[in-house]
Amino acid sequence: MYRHDSFDAAFLAERNRQFRDQVARRLDGSLTEEEFRPLRLMNGLYLQLHAYMLRVAIPYGTLNPAQMRKLAEVAERWDRGYGHFTTRQNIQFNWPRLIDVPDMLDALAEVGLHAIQTSGNTIRNVTADHFAGAAADEIEDPRPYAELIRQWSTDHPEFQFLPRKFKIAITGAPHDRAVTRAHDIGLRMVRRNGRPGFEVIVGGGLGRTPMIGQVIRDFLPVADLLPYLEAIVATYNLLGRRDNKYKARIKITLHENGIERMRDLVEARFAEIAPDFDPARTAAELAHIAAHFAPPSLPEAPEAPYHTARAADPVFRAWADTNLHAHRAPGYGIVTISLKAHGEVPGDATSARMRAVADLAERFGRGEIRVSHEQNLILPHVALGDLPAVHAALRRHGLAAANAGLLSDIIACPGMDYCALATARSIPVAQEIATHFERQRLEHDIGPLKIKISGCINACGHHHVGHIGILGLDRAGVETYQITLGGDGAEEATLGERTGPGFSAAEIVPAIERLLRAYLGLRRDRGETFLQTYRRLGPGPFKTALYERDRADAA
Amino acid sequence: MARPIPLQVVTANALVSGRVVWLTARGGWTACMAEAAVFDDPAQAKDALCRAEMQSDRVVGPYLARVRQSADSTEPAHFREAFRRDGPSAAARIPRQPPETD
Repeated sequence: MYRHDSFDAAFLAERNRQFRDQVARRLDGSLTEEEFRPLRLMNGLYLQLHAYMLRVAIPYGTLNPAQMRKLAEVAERWDRGYGHFTTRQNIQFNWPRLIDVPDMLDALAEVGLHAIQTSGNTIRNVTADHFAGAAADEIEDPRPYAELIRQWSTDHPEFQFLPRKFKIAITGAPHDRAVTRAHDIGLRMVRRNGRPGFEVIVGGGLGRTPMIGQVIRDFLPVADLLPYLEAIVATYNLLGRRDNKYKARIKITLHENGIERMRDLVEARFAEIAPDFDPARTAAELAHIAAHFAPPSLPEAPEAPYHTARAADPVFRAWADTNLHAHRAPGYGIVTISLKAHGEVPGDATSARMRAVADLAERFGRGEIRVSHEQNLILPHVALGDLPAVHAALRRHGLAAANAGLLSDIIACPGMDYCALATARSIPVAQEIATHFERQRLEHDIGPLKIKISGCINACGHHHVGHIGILGLDRAGVETYQITLGGDGAEEATLGERTGPGFSAAEIVPAIERLLRAYLGLRRDRGETFLQTYRRLGPGPFKTALYERDRADAA
Repeated sequence: MARPIPLQVVTANALVSGRVVWLTARGGWTACMAEAAVFDDPAQAKDALCRAEMQSDRVVGPYLARVRQSADSTEPAHFREAFRRDGPSAAARIPRQPPETD
């Protein structure tokens, strides 16, 4: 994987030195909070409901075991022994003391991790398909491009004060696991005449005005990637609204100007600046970066232990059925380590579990770990024959939940349990749904299902693209949950439709159960997923299931 | 009928630890909401908030929060303030450390 060179290391050290000084000046009274706030946010330090929160970027969701162990150490030494993996492939520490943050950042810098541009109106952490470099359906590993974008966007002088935050996601596979259509820029690798390039999508985003991104360029040769991205962001930087925070994202700029005008402006800007980019230098840098992402050697290994365990152990078989995905190399698999054991906090990992995953990656996973936007961890390269041993180790650490892609594999934002912006809690709703359906033993029968929960309209929990989306609101001082149905974050990106009035905290789990029991009765057969059934029948029968009881009660 | 007088406390986050604190009657800060000064006079509450804002070397973002008072306790009027007092509802399974004060 990519290793920081001396330039990166010196840059990080200097930024951390500056921030240490800024913290000292805040503590001795030389800086007011108003002066200090933008400085701490530039370094990923928020103030949340109960404490400060440090958000650390995990570029394109890739970690090595040393980095994972460092996250474990930081959590243990300066926080409360756990971290929270987020939908933007970041990790958040929820309890740091201001005075300790400079030491935390220095510790993270030892392994090339940082919190730069994890906040503020800048280009944020570039996210990528969490199966990158391993997926069977991949055209090319997108991470060298993501790293190139990271280097280009980090401390980019023109883009430190954008109208609003700016998020880029990239995938190298036709099956979109990176929600590219819900990002300010989404990049999907495509091939034309044998050459790799990108379909460039712009203006997607969730939040209070959810929009699916539109294609601004259907084929961008890889050599033009940086000047074209720079042209988009520069156009947005000038055109984007600064008068209203809620209309400042590029999705609104696109909506107000139209895709044709945006495309014309971007192409004009691109023509202007492209000559300043040296394609030979970019190609050389890409080749240099790509060498760091050289695929690991995956020699043929005996598969027999896998087949033996499958036949003998139903627990192993159930786990392999859900948490194992097809690898490009025969005899290997991609393992999803669920951070959603029934009743636990989605995305939370204790230091002990982080170390356990680091050990497994080292022993069985070619030293690679991924963080998914779905708040799970991934071992991307595991020999099938090693899976029984991996599974046994995961069980010892409480990490063997067989639920990837199922009902309890819920995305949930931190919600009002942590977040200062939240209007209701998300985590307990996720926990209750998971434990309730576990007791009902319905999860495997229901099959593939994405439930996504946000605790406010900013939609960090991606509820608009959940097959079932849940949005927590404050209605007259009471937590109220609205349901959306039919959303999809994959390549056929669709925004869910609101069903109607919301439900109280006590009503939301029974409402979800009515919905899913209706699905079980309506589906053609076990092969038809919830989303397919919804698409076939529309919202009608599901709304009836949700609200009929209320009508019966009222009658 | 007269509208009930709103009862308010001043709350903030401590500068060094970030933890939730409330203003006490003596002008200090406490991590225990039961020890917070409760104002029934909106003008006094506003004064207290102004004084709290002067303490930017100790706290961040002070504001007034409504409470309800019974014979033996002070309760937040809104659930958000209850979470600030009680911590995350998932806390049971999280390794806890003793409460910190500045």
